[in-house]
Amino acid sequence: MASLPFGFQLINLFAAVLLLLAFAMLAQRRVVTLIDLFAAQGFTLACSTAVVAYTTSQPHLYESTALTLLLKVFLLPWLLHRLVRRLDVRWEFEGLINIPTTMLIGIVLVVFSFNLALPISQLASTVTRSTLGIAMASVMLSFLMMITRSKALPQVIGFLSMENGLFFAATSATYGMPMVVELGIALDVLVGMLILGVFFFQIREQFDSLDLKHFEKLKDTGHE
Amino acid sequence: MIEIVLVLALPLFGAAVLALIGHRAYAPAVNVAVSLGTFLAACALTLGVIEGGPLLVLGRQFLIDPFNVFLVVLTAFVGFTTAVFSRPYMRIEEQHGRLTAARLRLFHSMFQLFSFTMLLALTTNNVGILWVAMEAATLTTVLLVSLYRTPASLEAAWKYFILCGVGIAQALFGTILLYFAAEKLLGAGGGALLWTELNAVRADLEPTVLSLAFVFLLVGYGTKVGLVPLHNWLPDAHAEGPTPISAVLSGLLLNVALYAVVRCKVLVDGALPGAFAKNLMIAFGLLSVVVAAFLLSRQKDVKRLFAYSSIEHMGIITFAFGMGGPIANFAGLLHMTVHSLTKSAIFFAVGHAAQKTGTQLMDDIRGLITTSPVVGWGLALGTLAILGMPPFGVFASEFLILTTAMREQPWATPFLLTALGVAFAAVFSKVQPMVFGDTTAARLPVRPAMMPVFVHLSLVLMLGLWIPPFLADWYRVAARLIG
Repeated sequence: MASLPFGFQLINLFAAVLLLLAFAMLAQRRVVTLIDLFAAQGFTLACSTAVVAYTTSQPHLYESTALTLLLKVFLLPWLLHRLVRRLDVRWEFEGLINIPTTMLIGIVLVVFSFNLALPISQLASTVTRSTLGIAMASVMLSFLMMITRSKALPQVIGFLSMENGLFFAATSATYGMPMVVELGIALDVLVGMLILGVFFFQIREQFDSLDLKHFEKLKDTGHE
Repeated sequence: MIEIVLVLALPLFGAAVLALIGHRAYAPAVNVAVSLGTFLAACALTLGVIEGGPLLVLGRQFLIDPFNVFLVVLTAFVGFTTAVFSRPYMRIEEQHGRLTAARLRLFHSMFQLFSFTMLLALTTNNVGILWVAMEAATLTTVLLVSLYRTPASLEAAWKYFILCGVGIAQALFGTILLYFAAEKLLGAGGGALLWTELNAVRADLEPTVLSLAFVFLLVGYGTKVGLVPLHNWLPDAHAEGPTPISAVLSGLLLNVALYAVVRCKVLVDGALPGAFAKNLMIAFGLLSVVVAAFLLSRQKDVKRLFAYSSIEHMGIITFAFGMGGPIANFAGLLHMTVHSLTKSAIFFAVGHAAQKTGTQLMDDIRGLITTSPVVGWGLALGTLAILGMPPFGVFASEFLILTTAMREQPWATPFLLTALGVAFAAVFSKVQPMVFGDTTAARLPVRPAMMPVFVHLSLVLMLGLWIPPFLADWYRVAARLIG
């Protein structure tokens, strides 16, 4: 196989880092570290978008790089850190499934995602098509993280990192969505985060904890 | 052109004003006035469409065609009647000490913002903006579901946020795939996500990508429609949120989400030779009808009961659109209209009943006909209408769907008939004692504001007997469009 130009190698490297970070998030128990990992994921995403923008000369991708950098590296992690400080939840203990098992399920999911992405990436004309499998894998891994965590904050970080994966998928399959849509998505993510901030305080006020194990009361037969 | 700007700008403006002025004595009146303004603008828009045909305005970003024009009016209308209903309802809640001024401010402001997001989702021609608006509709209602701040309502809101958030993320992936397929034909940039453009080239879209995209879109938006097995959030959010929100969730949000699914289905049908999208929708629809019908009899909470009934009806509509063809689509569109009107009317009546008795448990609500005849009759008639009794409109649409099913999907008919029968038995046997049972409670002193209920029910009755010619035309044109 002929060696790829340096730019594309860099994109592949960033994609690999993204996947590693997704696994790291899956294994991480400390909330503060989890937020830092999320910021690192955002930063990698921004870097790879910038490289794609440079190598393929797609000027609108610079704008989305700036948007990613601002929103996912600075604003959201800052908001999350603030929440952690104000809510005073530093530690997270056991997930619902232990970590080695989660990692094994994660590997199966990665294989599955690569198979799912294969037919699409063959159709893609972008230089970044080989990273589509990684994008799907990070979506799946974030999804797994949401399922296996019982606390509110890690679930939300999983949700946000799923959005990162989707964004990466959009960049690698089509060089990003139209700007108006990207702005709309960014607005939704930001508003969602703010609403969640309010929501956390409400949950804490009622339950004295952010552990969702208290949430077992709503069943089909009502809760008399 | 100016009407469409008004339809969107009024609720947005109303949300800002209501957030700024805070909860004053006149805030509910402002809420009603803004909703009325939106409804009038929607009526003007309708008149424009009746005279001048479909609209494609503001740089092709907004589209009004026969498929969405009636949904725009319906959304604005139910938004208006809900605002009228919530005025006395929320005042009583405040007197009972369940709500504070700050929460009422949140309620009014978010209610308008919610109307805005739904109207935006309906009128936009951009599939990407459609996604953004659907997500925003979830976000605006999360804090409304948890308005009472009880443990149960917080749990319901959390479930709602997470399940719909994950669902809608699937829909985003579907949208990305759609853009991926379209970009090759239409070139990169905003044009490749415009529905009208996509529809023009739908026969040339890459079938493999589109089939994968539709799976993600159906699962994503289907979560918001409340299709089984993605329906878990729906009964909780309906039961724990304040009644006006249950009414608009059931009456409007589910419709808008289904609208999004059907818009996508049109594109996929064009690209795929087989009946892929059809079969998926038939399967999801039928499963929803059957599962929801059998879960109905297990319910103890009256709002959960009618939430499950919403799942059942959304299943029927999805099934109808899945079968396709002029008659089934016509019936599906009619059913969307009548279900929305009837279900919101029922929630209004149920809200009053629960407020008066202080409970949502059906065993504790008895003899409404003696304690509060208007509420009793409203609930009884609404229930008969939703169960498909002639001469109400629901009968007409269900009859059309069933007869088409007998011809086109005969194997499904026994399931549908059984489910409808089971649903009838479950709901009727639960509502009958609530309305006519013995009670020792005293007659209530205050007269409830039941105008919206009877207006809705008379409209449903009218649609059962006579459909205005222009509406029938729209249904027919839209039915052909959906294919």
